[in-house]
Amino acid sequence: MIDPTDLIGRQLPSFTAIAERGQLRFFADVLGETDPVYTDLAHAREAGYPDLLIPPTFLFSLELTRPNPHGVLGELGVDMRQVLHGEQSFRYHSLAFAGEELVLTPSYSDYYEKKGGALRFLVRRTAITREGEPVAELENVLVIRELELTT
Amino acid sequence: MTTMLQELTVGAELPPLALPPISRTTLALFAGASNDHNPIHIDSDVAHSAGLDDVFAHGMLSMAYLARFVTSTARQWDLRSYRVRFAAITPLHGRPTCTGRVAAIEERGGERQADLDLTVTLADGTVTLRGTATVALHNDQGDLP
Repeated sequence: MIDPTDLIGRQLPSFTAIAERGQLRFFADVLGETDPVYTDLAHAREAGYPDLLIPPTFLFSLELTRPNPHGVLGELGVDMRQVLHGEQSFRYHSLAFAGEELVLTPSYSDYYEKKGGALRFLVRRTAITREGEPVAELENVLVIRELELTT
Repeated sequence: MTTMLQELTVGAELPPLALPPISRTTLALFAGASNDHNPIHIDSDVAHSAGLDDVFAHGMLSMAYLARFVTSTARQWDLRSYRVRFAAITPLHGRPTCTGRVAAIEERGGERQADLDLTVTLADGTVTLRGTATVALHNDQGDLP
């Protein structure tokens, strides 16, 4: 197990993600989203878009496709069942669309504890670019809590 | 509908969005659609092993519903930032409602922006999520960022 403060500043390898039309339609359908720019290619093109529009929070879903997404939890000796999503933020620079090759670069930017270590917080930031141009920046705060786990 | 925000003033409330109760089916489908496969949201055996009564909803499901709420009011290309804090777990069968209010309208970086205070609340009054979206007000026609 590593000391979690050693994670601060660690950059993870950049990776490429492409949103697929079928998955965007599936995502919209689950949410009850009826705006056809998210589901209907002809409508998206009519609206002036090159392809289906990626909705605001789907960028987080692309970030979840990073290699070994829970590797750091293993390094910390944390079970996935202990983890809660504490905060999530997005800053947007441009729209992104199905089929585009997006490059994601995550890094761990902070770690802190509350309640005498009963709650631990791990902050990850991810820059998303397309052909070198900024698309968005994400910030994720994971909360690690103490739980009595039975196998 | 999408230009509605242009007409709102500080303090105005957005029309709330009431969502269907969170079912196991919704959680299973959202796990697949969102790439979040954490079994604590879809497998009650795993939830029990962590001392929980049952599975509970992904925080990002509420954040995605809330984004749908925002983009039904403002165009997505006007969305500058969107952040939330997850305040409480959404249990199975919880009925979330998205609400929003114009908290501020300010000139920033050469454009008029509105800050929306956003909340997701369950039928019993529990606030599960609080957030803010900042939306540009000046882009009237089709100019993509």
